Amino acid sequence: MAATSTPLAGSGPSRSARSFIERLRSGDQVAHAITLAAAASILLLTGLLVYELFIHSSETRAKFGWSFLFTQTWDPVADEYGALPFIYGTLVSSALALLIGIPLGVGAAIFLAELAPPKISDALTFLIELLAAVPSVIYGLLGIFVLVPLLRIVEPAIRSVLGWTPLFQGPFYGVSLFSAGVVLSVMIVPFIISISREVIRAVPADQREAALALGATRWEATWDVVIPYAKSGILGSIFLALARSLGETMAVTMVIGNDPKIKASLFAPGYSIAAVIANEFTEATGDIYTSALIELGLVLFGLTIVINALARALVATGNRGGNA
Amino acid sequence: MKFILFLLPVAMALTASGQQVLINAAGATFPYPMYSKWFDEYHKKFPKLQFNYQSIGSGGGIKQVTEGTVDFGASDGPMTDKQIADFRAKHGGSGVLHFPTVLGADVPVYNLPGVAQQLNFTPEALAGIFLGKITKWNDAELVKANPGVSLPAKDIIVVHRSDGSGTTYVWVDYLSKVSKEWETKVGRGTSVNWPVGLGGKGNEGVSGQVKQTPNSLGYIELVYAVQNKMAYGKVKNAAGTFVAPGLAGVTAAAASVKDMPADFRVSITNAPGKDSYPIASFTWLLIPEKITDPTKKKAIKEFLAWMLVEGQKMSAVLGYAPLPATMIANEQKAIAKIL
Repeated sequence: MAATSTPLAGSGPSRSARSFIERLRSGDQVAHAITLAAAASILLLTGLLVYELFIHSSETRAKFGWSFLFTQTWDPVADEYGALPFIYGTLVSSALALLIGIPLGVGAAIFLAELAPPKISDALTFLIELLAAVPSVIYGLLGIFVLVPLLRIVEPAIRSVLGWTPLFQGPFYGVSLFSAGVVLSVMIVPFIISISREVIRAVPADQREAALALGATRWEATWDVVIPYAKSGILGSIFLALARSLGETMAVTMVIGNDPKIKASLFAPGYSIAAVIANEFTEATGDIYTSALIELGLVLFGLTIVINALARALVATGNRGGNA
Repeated sequence: MKFILFLLPVAMALTASGQQVLINAAGATFPYPMYSKWFDEYHKKFPKLQFNYQSIGSGGGIKQVTEGTVDFGASDGPMTDKQIADFRAKHGGSGVLHFPTVLGADVPVYNLPGVAQQLNFTPEALAGIFLGKITKWNDAELVKANPGVSLPAKDIIVVHRSDGSGTTYVWVDYLSKVSKEWETKVGRGTSVNWPVGLGGKGNEGVSGQVKQTPNSLGYIELVYAVQNKMAYGKVKNAAGTFVAPGLAGVTAAAASVKDMPADFRVSITNAPGKDSYPIASFTWLLIPEKITDPTKKKAIKEFLAWMLVEGQKMSAVLGYAPLPATMIANEQKAIAKIL
């Protein structure tokens, strides 16, 4: 053994050295140090990110202050910047994506985990995980060349049913907040399905059997016992999906219409934070211009934190209510 | 002995690589296909010399050459006086030189079902449409310019670039010259606050949008329009003739510039001359006046001389308009300014 050649071993190891070696051998110390470093690096990375965004956006923060968040003009020529249309577009497109994505994703996950024959379930799951790995630019291209023409066809039908609401009025150009929401929903569904299916499958069989033994139907056992048991995991998958849709860049910019105006109609073009950064950063020459784009990055970061915190708070209150 | 013979080529390769010169450059995306062809051909000619060009955008090119992180930059728009002052401040007083390399042009592309003829656009029509004042295809301004064409009473759907781009700069620079209202209300820039329209990302985004949206009108790079067989219109130039976009019209526009400034920072949109296509522009290399590394200085100067003669012969094949002869002569003299 290598240890015998060390001087320590030759003269008889002292007590403290031995215990250190023992602790090393048992792995506790090493594991502790490594995992601590890993966890700390995440904190460090996040801190560094916020720090950099904060420092480099100092010019616009000084010039516009909080009004940056509430004004609607985005004029690089006159150096006037307001983030509101981008915040609006980001929130609306993501909300729409969740509205479509959650029922679809959770529904598919329940079927795959509980009802489908294992062979079909495995094959479909494989396909779904494949979908999650498709680069977003591909979804964007699919959006432009397949989804948008398709939406043009279904648009009159949507309009005839929901046209009375302000959400579906005005001309439809193909690219719009609505198209962005649909593309995003397609992109996030694989995440929801894949993770939700795993957590539903991880629900102990005892739970189902107990429910069935009490006379529940298959669906009652699933809906009233299995889903509540897996709830936190399913919600986790939805948070992940939300995070992805808030930060999605390429696919959104290709179908959202890139027009920084706030319109009530989902058929109108819009713009999102991630999209405008991707679009304008490379050619942003002025200092204030760059600073405005970096501040948008900071806003997106803040937005993600706030939404996640709200969602978690919602879940927490929901849980308390459920237990009481 | 055999061993030494075996080592000889290895040693030679080592010394050769010791003299390898790598020149870093970054900037405009529009001329990237041209530049990469030139750098590749030049590398074949002088294998020890290698160019590394990152097409990160004109803004990035200006920033990086100012910071000194690249040996030279490239931009679709000339540097502003303020940017040049910044450059001087960071480089101990020595400035930066602009070398036009090739020419590009923007063309109005449209998708108008039922209209087969090539449409004519007047400057007033283009400015009116992009200001949101002309909203119908059968507006009097468009009807007047297109006698015998039955234009539909449909809304014009305007499409513009969403990403910051030299193509946009050329387009709005032209609109600023032909419309006072555009100049005061919107102005010039690589991104502007568009009064109307949808944004498409890149030439492909705009052309895709136009192709798919009936009754739409957008602007894209000439090369791209030709390669993708888009329907594009003629534009009325300053002399009053409708000129179809093409390499000849673009080179004519460059040749028509009367008093070329010594630093070549000139806009050739709305150029005089009856053959000039009015929405054209140079694209520039941004070379620091003072290059401290003697090998790099020699290499860059030689490359510029080669680009102005041999390089120009390759441009038309790739769809870029070559520089007019007068321009080449002026630039050849300007190479001596690099110290």
